[in-house]
Amino acid sequence: MAAIDGPLELTAGDEIQVRNPLGTFRRPTATTGWRSWFTTVDHKKIGIMYGASALVFLAIGGLEALLIRAQLAQPNGQVLSPEAYNQAFTMHGTTMVFFVIMPLLAAFSNYLIPLQIGARDVAFPRLNALSFWIFIGAGLFVYSGVLMGHIPDNGWFNYAPNSGLSYSPGHGIDFWDFGLQIAGIASLVGAVNLIVTCLNMRAPGMTLMRMPIFTWMALVSQFLLLFAIPVITVALFLLMFDRLFGGNFFVVDQGADPLLWQHMFWIFGHPEVYILILPAFGIISEVIPVFARKPLFGYPFMVFSGIAIGFMGWGVWAHHMFASGAGPVTVAAFSLSTMFIAVPTGVKIFNWIGTLWGGKLRFTAAMMFAVALVSQFTIGGLSGVTHSVAPADTQQTDTYYIVAHFHYVLFGGSLFGIFAGFYFYWPKIFGRFLSERLGKLHFWLWFIGFNLTFGPMHILGLQGQPRRTSTYAAGMGWDLMNLLSTIGSFIIAIGFLVFIYNVVASRKNVLDNPDPWDARTLEWGTASPPPAHNYDVEPSATHLDEWWHRKYETDDRGKLRRRDKIEYLSDPNFDASSVHLPSPSYWPIIVAAGLPLVAYGLIFTYWLAALGGLLVVGGLFGWGFEPSVDPDAGHGHDDAPGHAPSPEPEPVAVGAGAEES
Amino acid sequence: MTAVAPVAVPIAPAVHRGRSVTWWGMLMVIATEGTIFLCLLASWYFLWAASKEWPPAGVELPDLKLALPFSFVLWGSSIPVVIAEHALRTNRIGTFRVGMAVAFVMGAAFLVSTAIDFNALHYGWRDHAYGSAFYTIVGLHAIHVLVGLVMNAVVQVKAALGRYDRGHHRSAEAAALYWHFVDGVWVFVFPSLFLAVHFQ
Repeated sequence: MAAIDGPLELTAGDEIQVRNPLGTFRRPTATTGWRSWFTTVDHKKIGIMYGASALVFLAIGGLEALLIRAQLAQPNGQVLSPEAYNQAFTMHGTTMVFFVIMPLLAAFSNYLIPLQIGARDVAFPRLNALSFWIFIGAGLFVYSGVLMGHIPDNGWFNYAPNSGLSYSPGHGIDFWDFGLQIAGIASLVGAVNLIVTCLNMRAPGMTLMRMPIFTWMALVSQFLLLFAIPVITVALFLLMFDRLFGGNFFVVDQGADPLLWQHMFWIFGHPEVYILILPAFGIISEVIPVFARKPLFGYPFMVFSGIAIGFMGWGVWAHHMFASGAGPVTVAAFSLSTMFIAVPTGVKIFNWIGTLWGGKLRFTAAMMFAVALVSQFTIGGLSGVTHSVAPADTQQTDTYYIVAHFHYVLFGGSLFGIFAGFYFYWPKIFGRFLSERLGKLHFWLWFIGFNLTFGPMHILGLQGQPRRTSTYAAGMGWDLMNLLSTIGSFIIAIGFLVFIYNVVASRKNVLDNPDPWDARTLEWGTASPPPAHNYDVEPSATHLDEWWHRKYETDDRGKLRRRDKIEYLSDPNFDASSVHLPSPSYWPIIVAAGLPLVAYGLIFTYWLAALGGLLVVGGLFGWGFEPSVDPDAGHGHDDAPGHAPSPEPEPVAVGAGAEES
Repeated sequence: MTAVAPVAVPIAPAVHRGRSVTWWGMLMVIATEGTIFLCLLASWYFLWAASKEWPPAGVELPDLKLALPFSFVLWGSSIPVVIAEHALRTNRIGTFRVGMAVAFVMGAAFLVSTAIDFNALHYGWRDHAYGSAFYTIVGLHAIHVLVGLVMNAVVQVKAALGRYDRGHHRSAEAAALYWHFVDGVWVFVFPSLFLAVHFQ
């Protein structure tokens, strides 16, 4: 497989010569202060920005959910008009999938992958910044449409022909379409970056089968992104052509077929489900072994079942379309493939149970969220298997049963896994503890609130309440369940506020030990929070769970014991001036700013598109001629400017580091 | 920052084995772009299967007079690129530049033939689903050829500036890989859009 270019080498774009073609911009040098966040290429800062902005979107998407639940609390609800209700559920779904869970997982992937494989940064640090700023641009773009009153209202899967001009006039769908196109670019750039990072930047001895399980699951999910995003990109482009430029891809009377949209959307959409869940599986597969004080049960099975899900995820999309008249052969084939894909997922469930079995369990907040994922995802997975039975599915389609199912998978699964990750990795990332007591309060509020909100929806769905309908009549027998569901959703909101308070209050809980959980993987061997260059001591791996093996040994009688002296991978006397990190750059944010302008331009006036295009092309030009490591920059423990440049360690011509980019 | 003087790369170099990250990055870009074409071709066949007549009644079949010979020109342009890549590995920059230049001319000729073909079509892309799909797919491929030409030109300039020598040619390797990809895509696009409709 991939070559290892040396553990700590920063390979992307190493240049020999310095040029500054525009001659006007001084290259940014600050690595501290608020300005530095706009130009940083540090994967850790980018990860933190992904997480913070996604939490803001989580609050927005959550408010939209509360609107929906307020409307449905009682029969004949008057909170939202039918039009506003359509907009609320469309924006809720779009926000939660594309601007909350995906960036939250990107946050963990960005922050953890280079640390877990023992690298200094990702393969293409500036591309990493670019993908973050493009994501921010996409989110702001979609919500700027909302503020201007251009709100999409066709659901998150936006079926044709209802998405066409004749049924959806106005620009709501256009904002949705362009927003997702831009967000897709961000995901693609990130996927290319992280895949190459995993393949090429691993520390010596970090073979693929010694990679931490989170990195593995994130890698599989990046591969899924690499092949799934282009599919929806094509669909979005064709829709844009139809709506803005007179194309005929989904226009029935011009010889087109609206089913084309359904196929493309779900060929993207089903792998997307695994994109949203696999890294969360990875997170809890790190959390559970640490708090069970046992190695992960069946690590190779975990890896290969993840890969199997990655492949099989492409063969089940039509189970979203059993009601579309796909024909008996198609329905039978996709029924079977959908039943089969439950097998590798089941393997994972049993491996987690196997890890817990006989362990010395410590029920920290992180562990509670992780165990809740296992049970709640199992419920969601089982209701998923019921969908594979096509006759039953045609009964369940477009009812609350479906809503219950995918919330058990995405909220009870992905989001609980992500919050397990927050409680687990907070000390690593910020050097502060989140309060365990508040964390457990948060957990119980969410656990009760979540099950109260979505549990009754199974029954409501089987009783026939349709989803995406703004109200229901009294006397259907649905009143109590809907009221319970609404109460549950407000309990979830209180839980989120507890979490936010916990974050604010965590300032005072400073860590006294960089490895507070007695964890297993390399990233816990360096300081918490890690220095800009990640590791003072060059990491290497001889085992899976490398860090654990550095802490524990078996004595003469075969008994496990902690080593007397543990060598951390951080060193207070380390001279960071020998480490040259990629330098900050203006270009990623400039290029990213161009894309929403192009989109506004195509919707409203072409002048803006020209301006945006100029920013993109000019930005790429400046980027192309800027060396990724600024040779003028000083270096020091914070890599701050002002230090004298160190003597050059080696002459230019040696090895790959000196290559042209 | 005004310095132009060559500065030694400050990163401790390591033993380099296998392909560069630039090459791997390009491979990933190609994987995702290939999926885009796969998706568009699938849409083409899907719309074809869903319609009674393809192309619709009264619409001319694609003309092969230019398209066929110039397809071979495009595919043939991979040969000088292969020669150029080999020359680069053996540090013969002159041969490399000639090879890339020949490929550039061949690619540009293909692009011109596509433009002439487009100009001669009697239907527009707004007329029907067939027209929308035809223009979109052929046009997207033409844009890829254009991007290949730009990369080729950049590589040519870098070579002229003397920035490639033994072991230092990541961008050239990536550009060559992309060129082969653009040619390879046409192996699937051309039979689907130009040939298959003649044999129904």
